[in-house]
Amino acid sequence: MLSEPATQIGGSDCRESGSGSGSGGGGDESAAVIAMHNVSRRYGQLVALEGLSLSIAAGEFFSLLGPSGCGKTTTLRLIAGFDRPQAGRILLQGRDLTEAPPHRRPVNLVFQNYALFPHLSVWDNVAFGPRSQRLPEPELRRRVGESLEVVRLSELARRRPHQLSGGQQQRVALARALVNAPAALLLDEPLAALDPDLRRTMRSELKRIQREVGITFLLVTHDREEALSLSDRLAVMHGGRLEQVGTPRQLYDQPRSAVVATFLGAANLLPAVNGEGLRLLRPERLRLSAAPPGQGERGLRARVRELVFQGATVEVRLCGADDLQLIAIDTSAALPDNLRIGEEVWCRWNPADSHLLEAPQS
Amino acid sequence: MPKRPAGTSASPASLRAEPLTAETLAAESSKAALRRQRQRWQGPRRSGVQRRLWPWLLLAPGLIWLLGLYGLPLLALVPLSLSEPLSRFGLETVFSGRVANYLEVLQAYGPILARSLGYAVVATALGLLLAYPLAFAIRFRGGRWQPLLIGLVVLPSLSSYLVRAIAWTSLLGDQGPVLALVSALGLTGPLDALGVLRDGRLLNTATAVILGLTNNLLPFLVLPLVVAMERIDHRLLEAAADLHAGPWRCFVQVVWPLSRPGLAAGILLSLIPAAGDLVNPLILGGPNERMIANTIENLLLVQMQAPRAAALTLVLMALITVAVLLQLRGRGLEELPLP
Repeated sequence: MLSEPATQIGGSDCRESGSGSGSGGGGDESAAVIAMHNVSRRYGQLVALEGLSLSIAAGEFFSLLGPSGCGKTTTLRLIAGFDRPQAGRILLQGRDLTEAPPHRRPVNLVFQNYALFPHLSVWDNVAFGPRSQRLPEPELRRRVGESLEVVRLSELARRRPHQLSGGQQQRVALARALVNAPAALLLDEPLAALDPDLRRTMRSELKRIQREVGITFLLVTHDREEALSLSDRLAVMHGGRLEQVGTPRQLYDQPRSAVVATFLGAANLLPAVNGEGLRLLRPERLRLSAAPPGQGERGLRARVRELVFQGATVEVRLCGADDLQLIAIDTSAALPDNLRIGEEVWCRWNPADSHLLEAPQS
Repeated sequence: MPKRPAGTSASPASLRAEPLTAETLAAESSKAALRRQRQRWQGPRRSGVQRRLWPWLLLAPGLIWLLGLYGLPLLALVPLSLSEPLSRFGLETVFSGRVANYLEVLQAYGPILARSLGYAVVATALGLLLAYPLAFAIRFRGGRWQPLLIGLVVLPSLSSYLVRAIAWTSLLGDQGPVLALVSALGLTGPLDALGVLRDGRLLNTATAVILGLTNNLLPFLVLPLVVAMERIDHRLLEAAADLHAGPWRCFVQVVWPLSRPGLAAGILLSLIPAAGDLVNPLILGGPNERMIANTIENLLLVQMQAPRAAALTLVLMALITVAVLLQLRGRGLEELPLP
């Protein structure tokens, strides 16, 4: 039963091929579902986006990660069509839709507060898009039924949104967008309003649904765990620009800048051995021991400042020479037993595990 | 597109970790229900008696007002309506249980009652045609001018009813600007044929009375509509556009249904005073445009027929009560955005 909706909802591929052949000169872009070229958006004096270029391929789970005010929501609104850029172009499925109104764009948005229609039942909420597109009634019924099945809400189709829990409303919002078989699904902090347990459940749900329907997902979030665990690729945004784009692994292990490094997780930023720049050393790469570093290892002495037991892992905060703050995370099993606050230990690491960051351009 | 055989859509591990079945969904919703219930129970922690007394204390001024100035006088009309006048020249009556009063007033003034309700309905309909677009513009296009625009809508009601009706006489008078415009457009003939004008005149016609009524009730239509539209989350409009609804469909499917509570409130607030209006028919209408309030006044103060006046008043009240009940049927009062 579950594989059926996949064929239907993923039915966007016919649209894709249709428009893809239409734009011959697109080159790489014709493969991209969403392509942005040098897009800029200012609000008065405030620069929300500055020369943003981005390309997202079909079927990708792509995340925009950044602190609030970094321009990620603006990016999403520009793609959805609620806002127009002052410069640059936005291509969807290879077609320039920079100036197209929202209802003429082949993308659908899942709103942060879900924005479900309060006067319509779950079923009518989901059927809203297909009815706008004047789908024939039998086709409409089938599509709505299937997308409710994908989000596992078939039983609640007659309820009104206010009779549902937050997680269920979230699912309705997903189904309401998916039923339109969009070229890309845009998600604006979809899990932010849920409590932590539910958030974890919905996170794996999102991934499952994306795998099932095969639609491109563009997720906007400030939650790094969310972005790291869900994305095929992700982009870290900062101050209206893309800091770096890559796979979660790439960005975590080889961030280009300190901004990316610290935003994606706890980071030790050590002065580079030869002159300018910083080296990144992830806390889990740091080993604590009483013995000095061995052959081919680096190390420094540091005093234990704080021990945070977290169950499977222990977080150790240390303070080295020149007031250098360090953080080490190790499994509770691997850590020396006799570690005490105030004690001096050796912090050791393999130089191959550290990564040189680019010096920030000033 | 990755397609998976049935049943393996989620990895077994994640299924074990998060068994998402109908039960968890049900549990999820029942948890929400519990939370709501708990909130209901945890009101301010006062003693039982105090908690029961507070609402009544807060209601008291309004209740006393309503009872003293509305309930009791209305109740006093009931025996009066079943009495007979003692003489033709005084208001003294004697109770005789004369039900025939009702039949007589219905027979004599039924047409005027119907005319009053007709004028009120037409004026309200006309008012809605003006008020809905106006409210829509104020809410969705008003921007920072919104408070000013609302102020302009309310401003005329700050002047006296009577003064406004008299002002209308000069606007609608034979030498007034309205008729001048009509004749300049060459519409005198057609409008005469339609019955909008009578012999090329506006004063002392139903049109004039209805225009006056419409003018009076406009704020009562606009304000509830603006309030109802104010409650529509702009993200719902974005959601509709995102779901491929053009502006028209967005209006019909989202704005219109969500503004209907305001519509209902506005109709109630305008229909009732319009049906009972005294001033507009008196000043803008002729003898053939008298409405029910004029008739009651005439019965009481000119004809000295207090029992019949009381009977007619009670008939009017009953009709209005029925209309209100029909309007409110199946609708929580909290849905009505009264300004």
